[in-house]
Amino acid sequence: MATLIDEKTRIIVQGFTGKIGTFHAQEMINYGSNVVGGVTPGKGGQKHLGLPVFNTVKEAVQQVGAEASIVFVPPAFAADSIMEAADAGIRYCVSITDGIPTQDMMTVKNFLRRFPKNERMMLTGPNCSGTISPGRSMLGIMPGHIYIQGNVGVVGRSGTLGYEAADQMRMLGIGISTSVGIGGDPIIGSSHRDVLEKLEQDPETKIALMIGEIGGPQEVEAGKFAKENMNKPLIAYIAGLTAPEGRRMGHAGAIISSVGESAAEKVAILKDLGVTICPTPSLMGETIAKVLSKMQ
Amino acid sequence: MNIHEYQAKEILAEYGVKIAEGGLAFSTEEAVQRAREIDGDTWVVKAQIHSGARGKAGGIKICKSHNEVEAAAEALLGKKIVTHQSGPAGKVCSRLYVEAGSKIAKEMYLSFMIDRSTERVIMIGSEQGGMDIEALAKTSPEAIKKIYIEPSVGLQDFQARKMAFALGLDTTLLNHAVKTIKGCYRALRDLDANTVEINPLVVTESNELIALDAKMDFDENALFRRRRIAELRDNTQVDTREVAAAEAGLSYVGLDGDIGCMINGAGLAMATMDMIKLAGGEPANFLDVGGGASAERTEKAFRLVLADQGVKAMLVNIFAGINRCDWIAEGVVQAVKNIDMKLPLVVRLSGTNVEEGRRIIADSGLPIITADTLADAAEKVVKARNDVIAQTGRGV
Repeated sequence: MATLIDEKTRIIVQGFTGKIGTFHAQEMINYGSNVVGGVTPGKGGQKHLGLPVFNTVKEAVQQVGAEASIVFVPPAFAADSIMEAADAGIRYCVSITDGIPTQDMMTVKNFLRRFPKNERMMLTGPNCSGTISPGRSMLGIMPGHIYIQGNVGVVGRSGTLGYEAADQMRMLGIGISTSVGIGGDPIIGSSHRDVLEKLEQDPETKIALMIGEIGGPQEVEAGKFAKENMNKPLIAYIAGLTAPEGRRMGHAGAIISSVGESAAEKVAILKDLGVTICPTPSLMGETIAKVLSKMQ
Repeated sequence: MNIHEYQAKEILAEYGVKIAEGGLAFSTEEAVQRAREIDGDTWVVKAQIHSGARGKAGGIKICKSHNEVEAAAEALLGKKIVTHQSGPAGKVCSRLYVEAGSKIAKEMYLSFMIDRSTERVIMIGSEQGGMDIEALAKTSPEAIKKIYIEPSVGLQDFQARKMAFALGLDTTLLNHAVKTIKGCYRALRDLDANTVEINPLVVTESNELIALDAKMDFDENALFRRRRIAELRDNTQVDTREVAAAEAGLSYVGLDGDIGCMINGAGLAMATMDMIKLAGGEPANFLDVGGGASAERTEKAFRLVLADQGVKAMLVNIFAGINRCDWIAEGVVQAVKNIDMKLPLVVRLSGTNVEEGRRIIADSGLPIITADTLADAAEKVVKARNDVIAQTGRGV
């Protein structure tokens, strides 16, 4: 099976009956994801899109065996929904919601750390496009048709830049095993490093692409992890060469606030760690093709 | 969101942090009046702008008489102050804070912020106050004390004492130091601040612990539940284009180049700007038009980009996921017609309904240059920009 999700993974949608939740639940079902229901507190017992609605995540876990969830709940209530999923025994949660207060995410991460590691829910996002295992399951909001099935594992902060990478690969006939959007916020569920760890363990992934950006220490931490713990080659692109210091570039976390956080500095450090760098964002596909051809 | 020094001081005072006596003034007369209300023989007139390093830029004036206060106020009010943090355009000073002068015996640094690596609040202190902490971190990292705070239990007294001793404070000030340190932490947590910085924190000659300057930065995502903080926003301190963008729900950052950009998604926007630079151009702005880009939103984005007089050519790069290329194309065509846009425009569409989108652009009869890939788009827009410059050059 692919890492994180596959065609059997039983998915519920938190914020199921809302406009955004409804739209994307339908898209996921159309893609072939195994959506088994959703949660909207107060609407338990109803049917929506032909699937059961539950009042709590716990009920969804008990009654339809929910394993993964996707959160579309508005920012003020999203942190609570994520913690409810963790408490109910959900294994993997994707939070799409953009605009969650940073201190709420600090609380979420602190809550998750209370679980022993083998029982701890994996969280990706918030403020991300989700996760897709092409041809199998989509737990996200991406245009599924641009991804083809294959052996490249992808991890990136940005949604649309991830689409750009998938599209470049598709043009060259290169497929993806799993693509994970980790989100653009300062505090997020899983880091580049956490996802690389999963991709390293995944037998279907041969090489990994990391799409990073300015701000924060995560890309460098991932590079160090790759050097010490990964046998699979790592390729990276870091966005934001033109970003000025101290300015927030759209993503709440995309701000150069200290030494080592600019794109040029990150690229230099990653190169030293043996990571193959995509020199431009239009060469992500070709750089991967080159590395793949050397492996054969 | 940044706030002014006087606003941060008012907030921190409510949390038990001692500040010097002071008052706000919008005019020269008010400034003199504030000085009259404050006893003593020294007053400090401080420009209220959203920038650090005001002292070196002449934004802080020490006055020995009411006449000097008047002169200082006149010199600052309505003026642009350029600091090494404000950018070359500077910030306009429309408010002054007039404060009692303090006789300083010792200057220290104290700050609290959310640390992204540990996902905790970090408290940073140094016995060497009044200077740039980043510079100090480079030259003498041993002079900086860092204490991490466990989110579930909060800042403990022993940690506050540890910091007080690290700051080299006299034991007679210990209790007050603990109160000050805990007050700053509570303000950060209660009000969803990203940063609380006191630089310098001083001990006066009369052995009082005072916050001589104060800076607070708040989480924009939490303002919905901090209405009192949201009201402190001062748009005169923000680029007018960014204010207009925020009102239209767009994410915009003005830059110094001459190629205007409209892109969906922050990551793709940064990558596209990188491509423009690699192709030999300079982006005039960062603009993320977001997911649900309607025709109305697209037109607003166009107006915003083109309001920058320096723009010579524009690039639209959309990778439609939730969006559809045909909707974007219709929005672009409508915007170009409504605005009567004269500058060259390069459009690159990808993703959902791309064929339909390209057809709409082609059928519009407008002189829109289309591009298939990111590299193609960047090269075409840089060429278009160079052509415009060559033509205007001939015209002169």
